[in-house]
Amino acid sequence: MKHELTCIVCPRGCRIQVWEEEGVHRCEGNQCIRGEVYAIQEVTEPRRMFTSTVQLNGSQLKRCPVVSSSAIKKTDVFKVVDILENVVLEAPVFLNQVVIKNILESGIDIIASRSIKKDAEASD
Amino acid sequence: MNKRDCVIIGGGSAGLAAAIALKKQGIDVLLIEREDELGGILNQCIHNGFGLTRFKEELTGPSYAERMVKAFHELKVEYRINATITHIKPDKTIHYIDEEGVHVVQAKTVLLAMGARERTRGNIQIPGDRPAGVFTAGVAQRYLNKDGLLVGKKVFILGSGDIGLIMARRLTLVKAEVVGVAEIMPYSNGLTRNLIQCLEDYSIPLYLSTTITQIKGRQRVEAIELSRVDENLKPIPETAFWLDVDAVLLSVGLIPDNQLSMMAGIEIDPRSKGPKIGANYETSIPGIFASGNVLHIHDVVDFVSEEGDQAATAILNYLNKREETAETLMLSTDQNFIYALPHTLNPNMHNKLKYRVRRPMHDVRVCLVSKGMVVHSVKKEHLLPAELEMMIIPQKVLAQCENECRLEIHDET
Repeated sequence: MKHELTCIVCPRGCRIQVWEEEGVHRCEGNQCIRGEVYAIQEVTEPRRMFTSTVQLNGSQLKRCPVVSSSAIKKTDVFKVVDILENVVLEAPVFLNQVVIKNILESGIDIIASRSIKKDAEASD
Repeated sequence: MNKRDCVIIGGGSAGLAAAIALKKQGIDVLLIEREDELGGILNQCIHNGFGLTRFKEELTGPSYAERMVKAFHELKVEYRINATITHIKPDKTIHYIDEEGVHVVQAKTVLLAMGARERTRGNIQIPGDRPAGVFTAGVAQRYLNKDGLLVGKKVFILGSGDIGLIMARRLTLVKAEVVGVAEIMPYSNGLTRNLIQCLEDYSIPLYLSTTITQIKGRQRVEAIELSRVDENLKPIPETAFWLDVDAVLLSVGLIPDNQLSMMAGIEIDPRSKGPKIGANYETSIPGIFASGNVLHIHDVVDFVSEEGDQAATAILNYLNKREETAETLMLSTDQNFIYALPHTLNPNMHNKLKYRVRRPMHDVRVCLVSKGMVVHSVKKEHLLPAELEMMIIPQKVLAQCENECRLEIHDET
């Protein structure tokens, strides 16, 4: 089967066709090697960086932003969303503090993407 | 009266970079910020992809901001938060109000780094009711990412700028339904990678050459009418159809926030909507400089910080009375450009031009023309309005020019 996709590595946006030939992936339409790497990853196991927020107590800020330590499988995105719905952090939070270690046994951590001081006035 | 070598207005990406660079050179800096924390808009841009140029790694917005703020605090730069400026005068006196009261500062130099505002429903005039539930995309982003408030459960996004695309994905991840995104132009205004990662990944439809022609709702948005538009962007009535939604996000562009600049009497370019500047970022008032989104809208924060760095160098030269030569070249453009910066070039150094084109173009040559001759040119396979372009003009090229030069698009063939 031939897949057609638009490369997102650079602004050129090549239309790349990818297909399998005797167990090997082949590409056409890409103008550089980075396009080939992207296209094959995209048809074999697409991955995305994941960012969201989790509930935060002890600060005027109500949410703490989080990021995956590397790109997770696209098919895991909503599983991670569900897990994070039940996470509550307490201020203070430190940059790169691990929020969930080894999420979905992927070897990837969900980490805080900023630090947050404990707020003296924040009551809830 | 309180006296300062430099007062920086705005503690976002541009202001922080400039403050750090100036303080490192021993300059007495005061930075004034309206919000309750430093970092500007980056703090609500929780997605990643920031910093590839400046830090050689992909950071989220808050992480990028934190890096800058940390360097700022390590240098012990003086700053005020929760502070609102009420006046800037041409003599560089600045009046501001904070929790302690009213203050007046006399600055030797001022850096304008106020960033941008979003265009609103008033700017684009959508007919219909005036119910609750219509937000600009950036406001919805702030509510969601900092305050934990969701603007709606069934959302439509008008405009395919990057903030709108990012919000389409963000809302989907908090399980709101994004019914679609409409773009009045026949092409998207966002980066291709955002179209794929934010819309295609979640099967969110993008309606090109389409706009909202009516909003219906008593207290809350209930439905919107969409219509296709013709080549003159006029809605075609027979194409109209309705969608049920409970919120509308507007991602219809940013405008440099120059209310303070205008109050000071600084000349504004109606095309870039920012101050007119020379190659050293100096505005029409000597000693007042501008950088970042207040000057023109950027796509990438790294270049906002870079402008902050470069404005800092110019401010340092001004304070050290390193007189720039009076001779400058006026830069104009043909009708293919929305704008080009700077407005005047300095023939005694390399100049970095920044420009945005009016429509997508392929296989063209961007030419600098002086006295009817092409003095410098760069081949471009692709030019998109969504992407800010830059080109370096070598000093030896500018040395051949007299009085003025013009940026033109020529066919490559």
